[in-house]
Amino acid sequence: MRSVAITVNGERRELQLEPRELLVYVLRERLALTGTNVGCDTSSCGACTVLLDGESVKSCTVLGVQADGCEITTIEGLAMNGALHPVQQAFHEQHALQCGYCTPGMVMAAVSLIESGEAGSEKAIREGLEGNLCRCTGYHNIVKAVAAAASVTA
Amino acid sequence: MTATETTGFVGTPVLRREDGPLLKGKGTFVDNIQLPGTAHAVVVRSPYAHARIRSVDLTEARAAEGVVAAFSGADLRDDWKAPMPCAWPVTPEMKNPEHFPLAVSEACYQGDGVAVVLATTRALAKDAAELVVVDYEPLPVAVDLAEAVKDGSPTAHESLESNISYVWKLETDAVDAAFAAADTTVKRRYVQPRLIPNAMELRGVVARPEPNGDVTLWSSTQIPHILKAMSAATLGMSEAKLRVIAPDVGGGFGSKADVYAEDLLVLALARRLGRPVKWIEERSEGYVATIHGRDFITEMEFAATKDGTITAVRANVTAAMGAYLQLITPGIPLLGAWLYAGPYKIPNYSFTCTGVFTNTTPTDAYRGAGRPEATYVIERTMDALAAELGMDRLELRRKNFITEFPATIASGLTIDSGDYVGALDKLLEDFDLDAFHKEQAARRASGDVKQLGVGFSTYTEMCGIAPSRILGAIGFGAGGWESSTVRCLPTGSVQVVTGTSPHGQGHETAWAQMAADLLGYAMEEIEVVHGDTAMAPYGLDTYGSRSLPVGGAALHLAGQRVIEKARQIVAHTLEVSGDDLDFAGGLFSVKGSPDRAMHIKEVAWLAFAAHNLPEGMDPYLEATAVYDASNFSWPGGAHAAVVEVDTETGDARLVRYVAIDEIGTVVNPMIVDGQVHGGLAQGIATALYEEASYDEDGNLQTANLVTYLVPSAAELPSFELGRVSAPSPLHPLGAKGVGETGTIAAAPAVINAVVDALSHLGVTDVQMPATPERVWRAIQEAK
Ligand code: FES
Ligand code: FES
Repeated sequence: MRSVAITVNGERRELQLEPRELLVYVLRERLALTGTNVGCDTSSCGACTVLLDGESVKSCTVLGVQADGCEITTIEGLAMNGALHPVQQAFHEQHALQCGYCTPGMVMAAVSLIESGEAGSEKAIREGLEGNLCRCTGYHNIVKAVAAAASVTA
Repeated sequence: MTATETTGFVGTPVLRREDGPLLKGKGTFVDNIQLPGTAHAVVVRSPYAHARIRSVDLTEARAAEGVVAAFSGADLRDDWKAPMPCAWPVTPEMKNPEHFPLAVSEACYQGDGVAVVLATTRALAKDAAELVVVDYEPLPVAVDLAEAVKDGSPTAHESLESNISYVWKLETDAVDAAFAAADTTVKRRYVQPRLIPNAMELRGVVARPEPNGDVTLWSSTQIPHILKAMSAATLGMSEAKLRVIAPDVGGGFGSKADVYAEDLLVLALARRLGRPVKWIEERSEGYVATIHGRDFITEMEFAATKDGTITAVRANVTAAMGAYLQLITPGIPLLGAWLYAGPYKIPNYSFTCTGVFTNTTPTDAYRGAGRPEATYVIERTMDALAAELGMDRLELRRKNFITEFPATIASGLTIDSGDYVGALDKLLEDFDLDAFHKEQAARRASGDVKQLGVGFSTYTEMCGIAPSRILGAIGFGAGGWESSTVRCLPTGSVQVVTGTSPHGQGHETAWAQMAADLLGYAMEEIEVVHGDTAMAPYGLDTYGSRSLPVGGAALHLAGQRVIEKARQIVAHTLEVSGDDLDFAGGLFSVKGSPDRAMHIKEVAWLAFAAHNLPEGMDPYLEATAVYDASNFSWPGGAHAAVVEVDTETGDARLVRYVAIDEIGTVVNPMIVDGQVHGGLAQGIATALYEEASYDEDGNLQTANLVTYLVPSAAELPSFELGRVSAPSPLHPLGAKGVGETGTIAAAPAVINAVVDALSHLGVTDVQMPATPERVWRAIQEAK
């Protein structure tokens, strides 16, 4: 067991972790932040995407102990004072989710893509979201939502 | 239909009420259920495609840290009062080797469960599962479908003499004569790759024994009602003591319309151990443990006259069942059996299907189930016939379209409505084929490395998996009705209960739209309840694009019954005849004296108070209706795909897709568009990317998301959608199913486009998926 301190959605959490515990399970099982989903065992799907010090990462590829001293934002930490983040709002308005399973990861990846200024065209958005799979939407409305959110936040 | 019922919310893109929690990370997916005292189950699976199980040694596993219990198939054999269910014996002679949630003496595919280990955490259970020692004796395997069907092939089960499960045939009288008399015939052979459905949420099951002996089962399922009945039967427990809940379900596409070994295991183990048990699938595990789709070989023939009139169709399907018959495995090819003439009037019809066991993961329903396979071979062969006749592909289609409805087709069913001509006309309006042809000709002339092709697919399909009468006649074990209850609660809100079980389709929103229009309540006053057998006790769940065609109709009937009951109460209270009352926007008013009126909410209170109800009337303003459609639902349409093929690398990329669908009345165009988008993506993926393949020993080669190519946003273009409408005269709203249309239509459009791009090089076929290697080879072979 190792002691770590991770700031999750603005709150400092002190934890005793086994070295092999993946960040995604730390979030889901130790901190009960079950919004971050698991969709694969090969770091292929992006369902587990969170922001680590502002950058999007697949939390199934990060060990909990590696996040020691870092700031994590999960889907639960995105809405501000109850109001949806512009990306969440755009997903709602553009019907960019169906079953909603890929959604937390997709939204976090989109937030990071927009913040890094890489959501400037349809092509850029499509390529930028390559690591996040959705089986329901065919991506059409996801791309529209990210473009809409990018234009709002620009 | 009166004006009030179709104005207002129905037909408008109301934003989904489901979104809020899902967007905030508050979904209720099964893995989010964390109950104290849970034992986590891990299934030990056979690494062999076919092996005798000599022994299972659980000693070390049982002694491992955190382990609660461990069982072999033999240990649990007596927990099962019946084998795993197959609900569709398609012929009386069908072979169906019995199987149980854990194999007892013979493992028949790579992934077949042989033992289960339970521990206090998932990680400890996984560690302990590694310690299970199974002594296998490998057996000969039947893997390749074309080989497995042959006499003398090794059999997938030791108990079988051949791998043939059944042969099913549907033929009209004069098919051979029509082929003999034809000016032209074409015959093609097509391989439909095996597909892995890949819902983004894996399967998961949690069972909790309740203090009174009841059990609550949460499953990531499309079919809570069917699962409840089948689980109770398999375990020999009282169905009345079982509650099944499908919470938020992260996609299904047919793969969660099944009764799985793990559902039954978790339920049995929770009862045995008296504590909650949880099993969560991993992706690579799901690749072997969750059903696959397709895996057909089809020989398809058309007979035609010189002028392009098609006179006969003959389809001969060999379909892989996989190792066992799951819930409706043998029936999947039959869901397309009546459809091999597509939207065309073809008077002579022959369809034969041979269901074949192989030592592979069982197949079952994957989006479209039987109908993409049919549409693929029809639309590929239409292009082949056009080439044979030297006729334009679209002219050939137009010449043979069914144009008058209702149309009784040679296979014996009746298409209630459609507009294939209108869909194709609109497609061509939107597409600009002349401009495309100019560009294509220019690239051909210049010998451009990147060649362009356009492909078309005009289709119809039968969905809504509906009339109980027909389902019974073709051997299906259950009915096809759907149920709904509408409750106008005394304090001004409405509860709509549906037996459908959405997993991304937005029923809560669409059902509220329909109920609001019907009853005159505000959307926010309506709650929609589904997916919990304690709250929605009757239903047949969601698959086969049936929810709106059947479940939506049930809601409509229940709403009308509520209105009729309310009308009697108003008539009684105001001392007028029910016939003298108008009902609009929630208000009953006396014809000619509109000031004498009563709102339905007021009636709901009167019905609850029951101080003065008509003689013999029960209190409460509610009604339940069951709708059993008199026919299937028949959507149709015309799609076009444009593909750019790199003739040096063989890389084929979809650059444009236009889909015109005819799906009758649309309740929520935004949701419908979403269904079409998702369906298209899966059909396109079939054509270009996805294929599950096994090596000769039955090892799954595409064993995870790295090797099996589910497309990302980067592989797909945006889609152009349009609609024409020929409302179903049989459905109360005129609606049709739409969940599978995109998948059904897209694959042939894309492959027709790939072939068109290369036709000037002599290429006439490319097998799905049209990978760079396959395309490159097709080009080389045509040289
Ligand atoms: S769970 Fe699939 S990438 Fe992390
Ligand atoms: S919305 Fe279902 S996987 Fe993306």
